[in-house]
Amino acid sequence: MSSMAVDTAQSRFLCLKEPHAHNGTLLGFWIYLMSDCFIFASLFACYAVLGTSTAGGPTAAQVLDLHGLAINTALLLVSSVTFGFAMLEMARKNKGAVMLWLAVSGLLAAGFVTLEIHEFLGMIADGAGPGRSAFLSSFFTLVGTHGLHVSVGILWLIVLMTQLGKFGLTDANIRRMQCLSMFWHFLDLVWVGVFSFVYLTGVLR
Amino acid sequence: MLEPTNHPAARSFLFGRLTLDSLPFLQPDLEGRIVLVTLCAVMLGGLAVLGLITKKRLWGYLWNEWFTSVDHKKLGIMYMILGTVMLLRGFADAIMMRAQQAIAFGPNMGYLPPEHYDQIFTAHGSIMIFFVAMAYIVGLINYVMPLQIGSRDVAFPFLNNLSFWFTFWGAITFMVSLFVGDFSTAGWLGYPPVSELQQGPGVDYYIWGLQLSGVGTLLSGVNFVVTIIKMRAPGMTMMKMPVFTWTSLCTSGLIIATFPVLTATLLLLSLDRYIGTHFFTSDFGGNVMMYINLIWVWGHPEVYILILPIFGIYSEIVPTFSGKPLFGYSSMVYATCAIMILSYLVWLHHFFTMGSGADVNSFFSLTTMIISIPTGVKIFNWLFTMYRGRVHFTVPMLWTMGFLFTFTIGGMTGVMLSVAPADFLLHNSLFLIAHFHNVIIGGVVFGVFAGVNYWFPKAFGFKLDEFWGKASFWFWQIGFWLAFGPLYIMGLMGVTRRLSHFDNPALQPYFIVAGIGAALIALGIGSFIIQIGISILRRKQYAVGGDPWNGRTLEWATSSPPPDYNFAFVPNVHERDAWMDMKKHGYQRPLTGFNDIHMPKNTATGVVIGVLSFACCFGLVWYIWWLAAVCFVGVIVASIAHTYNYHRDYHIPKAEVDSFEHSGNWQDAAQGANA
Amino acid sequence: MTVKRLRGLLLLPLVLLSGCHLALLDPSGDVARQQSDIMIVTTLITLLIVVPVLVAIGIIGWRYRASNKQAHYDAHWDHSPSLELLVWAAPLVIIIAVGAISWIGTHQVDPYRPLTRVAPGQPVAADVKPLEVDVVSLRWKWLFFYPQYGIATVNQLAAPVDRPIRFKLTSDEMMDAFSIPELAGMIYTMPGMQTMLHAVINKPGQYQGFSANYSGAGFTDMRFTFEGMSPQDFDSWIAKARAAGGTLDLQAYEQLRQPERDAGTHAWASFEPDLYTRILERCVDASQTCMSQTMSADTHAGDAMQDMPGMHDDHAAKPAAMQAAETH
Repeated sequence: MSSMAVDTAQSRFLCLKEPHAHNGTLLGFWIYLMSDCFIFASLFACYAVLGTSTAGGPTAAQVLDLHGLAINTALLLVSSVTFGFAMLEMARKNKGAVMLWLAVSGLLAAGFVTLEIHEFLGMIADGAGPGRSAFLSSFFTLVGTHGLHVSVGILWLIVLMTQLGKFGLTDANIRRMQCLSMFWHFLDLVWVGVFSFVYLTGVLR
Repeated sequence: MLEPTNHPAARSFLFGRLTLDSLPFLQPDLEGRIVLVTLCAVMLGGLAVLGLITKKRLWGYLWNEWFTSVDHKKLGIMYMILGTVMLLRGFADAIMMRAQQAIAFGPNMGYLPPEHYDQIFTAHGSIMIFFVAMAYIVGLINYVMPLQIGSRDVAFPFLNNLSFWFTFWGAITFMVSLFVGDFSTAGWLGYPPVSELQQGPGVDYYIWGLQLSGVGTLLSGVNFVVTIIKMRAPGMTMMKMPVFTWTSLCTSGLIIATFPVLTATLLLLSLDRYIGTHFFTSDFGGNVMMYINLIWVWGHPEVYILILPIFGIYSEIVPTFSGKPLFGYSSMVYATCAIMILSYLVWLHHFFTMGSGADVNSFFSLTTMIISIPTGVKIFNWLFTMYRGRVHFTVPMLWTMGFLFTFTIGGMTGVMLSVAPADFLLHNSLFLIAHFHNVIIGGVVFGVFAGVNYWFPKAFGFKLDEFWGKASFWFWQIGFWLAFGPLYIMGLMGVTRRLSHFDNPALQPYFIVAGIGAALIALGIGSFIIQIGISILRRKQYAVGGDPWNGRTLEWATSSPPPDYNFAFVPNVHERDAWMDMKKHGYQRPLTGFNDIHMPKNTATGVVIGVLSFACCFGLVWYIWWLAAVCFVGVIVASIAHTYNYHRDYHIPKAEVDSFEHSGNWQDAAQGANA
Repeated sequence: MTVKRLRGLLLLPLVLLSGCHLALLDPSGDVARQQSDIMIVTTLITLLIVVPVLVAIGIIGWRYRASNKQAHYDAHWDHSPSLELLVWAAPLVIIIAVGAISWIGTHQVDPYRPLTRVAPGQPVAADVKPLEVDVVSLRWKWLFFYPQYGIATVNQLAAPVDRPIRFKLTSDEMMDAFSIPELAGMIYTMPGMQTMLHAVINKPGQYQGFSANYSGAGFTDMRFTFEGMSPQDFDSWIAKARAAGGTLDLQAYEQLRQPERDAGTHAWASFEPDLYTRILERCVDASQTCMSQTMSADTHAGDAMQDMPGMHDDHAAKPAAMQAAETH
């Protein structure tokens, strides 16, 4: 084999320059969210099966409070919008505005979680706790799991804000912002499901 | 048997419900003595290993090169070691069951009281699936898949390390239950009401062990999918991927779509147990059937998660040793995808007898049968790959032949069980036990041994001993049929599963034969370990180069073992069997012109999070709330701290690449094929 | 009968191998026999493809072994549209056949479907009322009610030959499977739920029954004998149970439902009439509301929370057993 042929084979079969590495973080996080969907799907399925098994206890129509729900939903949806503003400011490399909108989003989400905890405590005090019936078990678990996700999101947001403050809008931080943004909107989407499937149908039933 | 220390008065702040009574080896009964002896053996063995490591000053090496490693190859090997250790544990359970069933007839109650026997069959099933089969599968994918796609590592190397430690500590959670407290008796899927009503820590060990390993597996699934989608070598389109990579992709997809269901189901079970919700209780509106549906929505795809990559292994081995490309590559890929999707639509066949009604049963009966079509296609394609080939019956190929024969029969009994009216007779009988061991041993286990024999030279630079490999194969093959043939026959007599004692003396000979079969399998496992040991001793003699089998795919294009960076230059792919294509065109590896290579750094975060998660779960099992809380916070703090580390990679300088490319690993590699 | 001949074909080697009665291949009840027939026919159809494959594995492996240089070697042959069509079509054809049989059979021997025949070619006579048996699986024994005869038994079940039996089944606490392989396929028993099974026994004799779903430490001993009898023998069997005297009332049941291993047999001449229903509706304990009442209360629920009984005295209403379960 001539050295000529060897060289051709080498350049044909090898990337003699190191190829640019792809970053899979966003895809990976998106896939993770899809898997999270299956957790929620299981909880929704449980609620669908057990939602009417009240075992003599209160029904959905009796315990669910639509006024609180309206405020709750508004808080969460608006926080999605403000997070969108943060992303827009990030594209403009305007760090101060990013931090401001993030703070607003975090506060709105914190308001959501606070209201939800308040609702839960009220129900438990009225004897409608998660151990009262299968309906209430599945209600608390489904809504609570969503609330837990939102709380994790808030914690993440705080951590990310300190990192933005310290290290600025670096590539890594921009990627993290994009992930958190996906997470944030995903939780909104799940809430729309909870809202229509648990609260609206529950009250209408 | 232990009385569960459940009385609130027996709980202390410091130790929760953990008391001296919870330690079975302090109990004076037979079980206590068995556990004590086991504990002593484990302690002595453990101390010996630890002592040896200390004496040889290996701690630093292990920590730096293995425990904190993010290298997919090292993690793959650690998974394989974990799988082998857990195989020994799971098999010890199997032998104990076989011994009990062989002697417990009439007045002889055997040596295991039911409570103990029930823990053993539960542990056997869950360990074999979660910590043997899954560990082996994830290990093989980890080792081989990135090499096959010409990548330097997986997409998320740190997550890969974390996944391993979650799986590892999940296994440890199961092992601890042996010596501290007891284990679940609810069977490998933890069916309520048994899992709801069993008091004590057993079911909680089961739940938290599976939660840990489940999270680990889920992260691995995400990791593998992103790796395959994003990190393939240039030119490797989807339809040029090796079939093992394809099956890894499908399996990872199934993991992502099903393991969250397992996580959710176990979460609901633990809520029932810990805070008194009513998901699966019999009162207050709870529904047992909900659990059974949910767990099988995970459980059935799970068996395909196990078998798909194994099909991939056979699809690599058969062409290599037949000296021919795989017959019907596209059929193979479509069949894999079809199985992946169908596996999600069959779960109800695990409980035709729950009374779902004829229409529902017929639907799931049909979907189940339909899966056998793509599976049958695969068998034919392997046969046609051998057809007009030159088949070398090496050890991996022997395992493959054993698989073809055994699995075809297992597939047939599977179709029998999928016929709903027949299943009303066969359900939960020993026929069922024989069937799923037939497909899991004949499919998954044989495939793992085939894969280990096939890729071991790649991972370590020397071949495995042929004689002991063949011995292992024949012991397993004959042992399998002796162990499970009688179970098929007894199943047809209507004998049901999970019995610890029998009245009918006519059954005893069958169980004795089954016991002999298990003993032969024990010899098979022993031969495998001897095979590894002897090969290590003779590693100079068995040394091979990069391509010992005249392989076809990219993992054979690099040295054995491969360098940290896998490939000095990322390959450029043109054809399906990329390495075969390179060889055909007279490719010779370059010895100059190297670049700096960008690689991920090792990290200790995975070890830390793993340990803390385990301690948290241990606290939850024993109601040691302070421990659980502290460790939970610790996990969060460690995770956040990890995100403050922005410097996760480094460059291997070209000089180092250069020196490796001229090093000993490459000695015999230039002319690879000596198969 | 072709199936009969096929059965012989399949049975012969297995019987020689086992020397034991393979109940699933030659059962004594018509329902089990239909299920068994379906199993045998579908197995033989699958064997049509499995046997050639097994033979081919051997032949191809042997013929194309590396040392056989005579065999044709074609290093590039890796696809053939016609062969690939064949490898998809062959299993498909088999599965269409097996699937059709399974579909029809599943509907024919649906355990919920009342019997139309007691044996091949022997329809159920218009005036024959099925024998009713209400079954409860307990920890770890079987309780049988005979509402038509007023008796109840533990771990003893009998039925006259060729008379349809209608089982209604539930469970006290665990999940079991009621299984008499010689009679009919199994069916799960679950607390708070009812399943059904229709069956008939055609040959007199003693058959083994057991639970086929693991239900805890005493599961192994959850066996009973099922006897197929002539109608006269059955009548005297009933008379014997009646002669035993005793009533299975709520207290006796409370005693009976305590977990017990290796329980013997027992019979009562009479039982509390609605006991089975109360077990099914989980209100044997008078302090508990029956499930059907709860459900009707749910559907007629008012919209004010204070209307709900038990809303505020949650724990008082909870039975002791549930509170115990919560403290684990």
